[in-house]
Amino acid sequence: MGSGLESFVKIPTIKFTKLFINGEFVDSISGKTLETIDPRTGEVIARVAVGDKEDVDLAVKAARHAFDSGPWPRYSGSARARIMMKFADLIDQNVEELAALDTLDGGKLFSMGKAADIPRAASILRYYAGAADKIHGEVLKMSREFHAYTLREPIGVVGHIIPWNIPSGSFSMKVSPTLAAGCTMVVKPAEQTPLSALYYAHLAKLAGIPDGVINVVTGFGPTAGAAISSHMDIDAVSFTGSTEVGRKVMQAAATSNLKVVSLELGGKSPLIIFDDADIDIAAELALRGILHNKGEVCVASSRVYVQEGIYDELVKKLVAKTKAWVVGDPFDPKVQQGPQVDKKQFEKILSYIEHGKREGATLLTGGKPLGGKGYYIAPTIFTDFKEEMLIAKDEIFGPVMALAKFKTIDEAIERANKTRYGLAAGIMTKDLNVANTVSRSIRAGTIWINCYFAFDNDCPVVGYKTSGFGSDLGLEALYKYLKVKSVVTPLYNTPWL
Amino acid sequence: MGSHCDDSIVSSVKIPTIKFTKLFINGEFVDSISGKTFETIDPRTGDVIARIAEGDEEDIDLAVKAARDAFDHGPWPRLPGSERAKIMMKFADLIDQNVEELAALDTIDAGKLFSMGKAMDIPQVAATLRYYAGAADKIHGDVLKMSREFHAYTLREPIGVVGHIIPWNYPSTLLFMKISPALAAGCTMVVKPAEQTPLSALYYAHLAKLAGMPNGVLNVVTGFGPTAGAAVSTHMDIDAISFTGSPEVGRKVMKAAAESNLKVVSLELGGKSPLIIFDDADVDVAAQLALTGILFNKGEICVASSRVYVQEGIYDEVVKKLVEKAKAWVVGDPFDPEVQQGPQVDKKQFERILSYIEHGKREGATLLIGGKPLGGKGYYIEPTIFTDFKEEMLIAKDEIFGPVMALAKFKTIEEAIERANKSRYGLAAGIVTKDLNVANTVSRSIRAGTIWINCYFAFDNDCPFAGYKMSGFGSDFGLDALHKYLHVKSVVTPIYNTPWL
Repeated sequence: MGSGLESFVKIPTIKFTKLFINGEFVDSISGKTLETIDPRTGEVIARVAVGDKEDVDLAVKAARHAFDSGPWPRYSGSARARIMMKFADLIDQNVEELAALDTLDGGKLFSMGKAADIPRAASILRYYAGAADKIHGEVLKMSREFHAYTLREPIGVVGHIIPWNIPSGSFSMKVSPTLAAGCTMVVKPAEQTPLSALYYAHLAKLAGIPDGVINVVTGFGPTAGAAISSHMDIDAVSFTGSTEVGRKVMQAAATSNLKVVSLELGGKSPLIIFDDADIDIAAELALRGILHNKGEVCVASSRVYVQEGIYDELVKKLVAKTKAWVVGDPFDPKVQQGPQVDKKQFEKILSYIEHGKREGATLLTGGKPLGGKGYYIAPTIFTDFKEEMLIAKDEIFGPVMALAKFKTIDEAIERANKTRYGLAAGIMTKDLNVANTVSRSIRAGTIWINCYFAFDNDCPVVGYKTSGFGSDLGLEALYKYLKVKSVVTPLYNTPWL
Repeated sequence: MGSHCDDSIVSSVKIPTIKFTKLFINGEFVDSISGKTFETIDPRTGDVIARIAEGDEEDIDLAVKAARDAFDHGPWPRLPGSERAKIMMKFADLIDQNVEELAALDTIDAGKLFSMGKAMDIPQVAATLRYYAGAADKIHGDVLKMSREFHAYTLREPIGVVGHIIPWNYPSTLLFMKISPALAAGCTMVVKPAEQTPLSALYYAHLAKLAGMPNGVLNVVTGFGPTAGAAVSTHMDIDAISFTGSPEVGRKVMKAAAESNLKVVSLELGGKSPLIIFDDADVDVAAQLALTGILFNKGEICVASSRVYVQEGIYDEVVKKLVEKAKAWVVGDPFDPEVQQGPQVDKKQFERILSYIEHGKREGATLLIGGKPLGGKGYYIEPTIFTDFKEEMLIAKDEIFGPVMALAKFKTIEEAIERANKSRYGLAAGIVTKDLNVANTVSRSIRAGTIWINCYFAFDNDCPFAGYKMSGFGSDFGLDALHKYLHVKSVVTPIYNTPWL
């Protein structure tokens, strides 16, 4: 772990630390601020305004005014698209600064941020910009003499509660289709990672997004987040985060104004490796599947099932690759794994590791924190796990893999499905029939065959079971922010129906 | 004002014996585990029609087990869409063959017009089943346009075990609106019909079995909301729930879904739909639409045009026509083919509507006509019209669900739009005008899920029906309705040596 590298990277001054409401950066009404921490050291990066219920109220008022009376929903789709494209361009022009903010805030790899995360946020914006003028309704085939069609209208004011693991990607994934649909919004970024969201707000204004369309209220879940879920004048809320909080969001939505809810609640995704898989590729996929972004990815392949024929070889490869895996300062381009996002997550993961040992799984490698300060954890692999164990049931959200051996395809399918989650799954095989059978049989919203994390703007991501509902990415995502209106008029003297 | 109940009419209609009074679980009619039963009442008289098995949490558990087994291991989700369609078509045919008996059950249970049931409600139910049967083998995914070398497509898979909580105002229509797309999608289900109207649902279960529907696919557990209904909303092994009813209960359903297993929820929660009549409307047509809009099915319809706004130019004429038509409106025994309005569904609704009428008087609206119950027994209420209402009044805010219209005058198109949108609901709206531009402007401006121009209640199997605002979310009817019962799964594989993406 090299710490001398910090001096090579120009760590940016934190320019935006206030709430962004109605086109202005403002203090919270209470004047309170929160500390955002650098997980490499545990030190404070900056103090950021803390929004509470009154601030959310102001933001919603601004968003409501922008929706009911402002230009944004009334623009043509192509006019919205022009502004969204400009926004994307500004993101591209500020890649380094944005990537540095997420690295400082979230411990994410700086090189990955510059090469992938931030450019992807811009690309998602462009994808939905391109869809904005193609939001079609349908002309219906009535069974009596009526002309009828559907319109897809913007749902109104949307609340977005954004998680901390992918601050830029999540921001763009939620905000972009909402903008394209013509809605206005209040965004509550995670309290662990508020910095890039506020920067994006600044760029949005530069791009020409009218005041009140995007509002960013930084703050905590139980205060600002709850104010959004329970707000009487928000028409829809999207939430990505834990199951426990997802429940609270949905209950609050029901108790308040029955706003439309979409949830993405994590997973315990299985990766199934068959005998005919290339061992080196499989081991690489399995390792990256759990260590990418230090395991802080909802679709992490945290359960790996390996067919007995290649089990021993694969385990050997895994251990070798794990030993070579570089954990350290995320600004260092050689590093592959940065620190966990904060102390709470750090302690939670270590606690699960202890559970795993006590539950009787075999600790193959890792299992310890690394370094004296910050929140670094060694890549950890448990073998011989059972689905009843806590380490197999709960989403650990850290660099902890549970690995098991299987005999038959039916056993693999059965074990893969033994989870309350259903977000993603991976299959490694060259056999067409195995691929088809298993992809149909696993109850999960995304199935990656001979690949993993193969996201795409056009490819919907949505959970089965308690992983949630409501698609992100793809054209499907637009539906969360649109209402269907049917318009029906009688016809007279029509040649046909 | 209309005729009273004519007892002599009742004897000329063959009121059927009630054949099915038990829970339908896993293909069999069974008593509830507790052995308890409840009464179902004839709203023409307040008399008991029959005693029906009362299902509770344990019975719902059994039904869900049957549905889960049928989904995870049974044939239904594994059949090709066309095979499910065949059984659904047979089911529709059996419904057509039993129209009279089914219509009679809804008339006795809910006070719905018998002639309307035979001519429309029940045949429509068969048509809805056929519509979704025809869609069952056309449930497409998409092949995606990836930006890297990947082949990716989406599958639309059945969501699993679905719970349906069905209301009492359209026992047949709403049952099939919900189960038809769920069946087509390959799901299995537990249906909890309203306690006021359990009879036709149990008969349909019998017909489903005759049609060849495998055991466990369709289960019907009659019972009460706070017990059987709550057991459905909170069940840990139900994947999705659909609810049509009041916002208060809709809230409970959504909360329970969140507290239990975060099942997918769809809600249809009623409305306070505005009908806007412009100066260029034909006065007679407009008055007819307005009256039918509130009196159809005795006002027990979620899309009833309970707020009517008439432009000042024709206001006086429309009011005159309305009063004339209301006076000629026949209220009486729903078995009588001359009758246009039967009794309200039960005592609770009856008293609730009368209470709102009292509110209306106290709030300062002008009672133009009606306002009183009719007849000595049963739950009949006169067609009632209040004028000079304000949107702040309770009679303009709450869904009364009875034959009570609130009528107001307006000047400009902007005023009409503003007043029409002053509601927490957004289910439907009507516009009466010949002007193309008025029709387009107003239809775009009203925040409601269905806009009827120069017509009302113009439903169609292909036409999606969904609420805005607190009227709920999730479409019924149309192909959109299938999405509530399907999961989207993306499948992604790398491709090599591909000529293009």
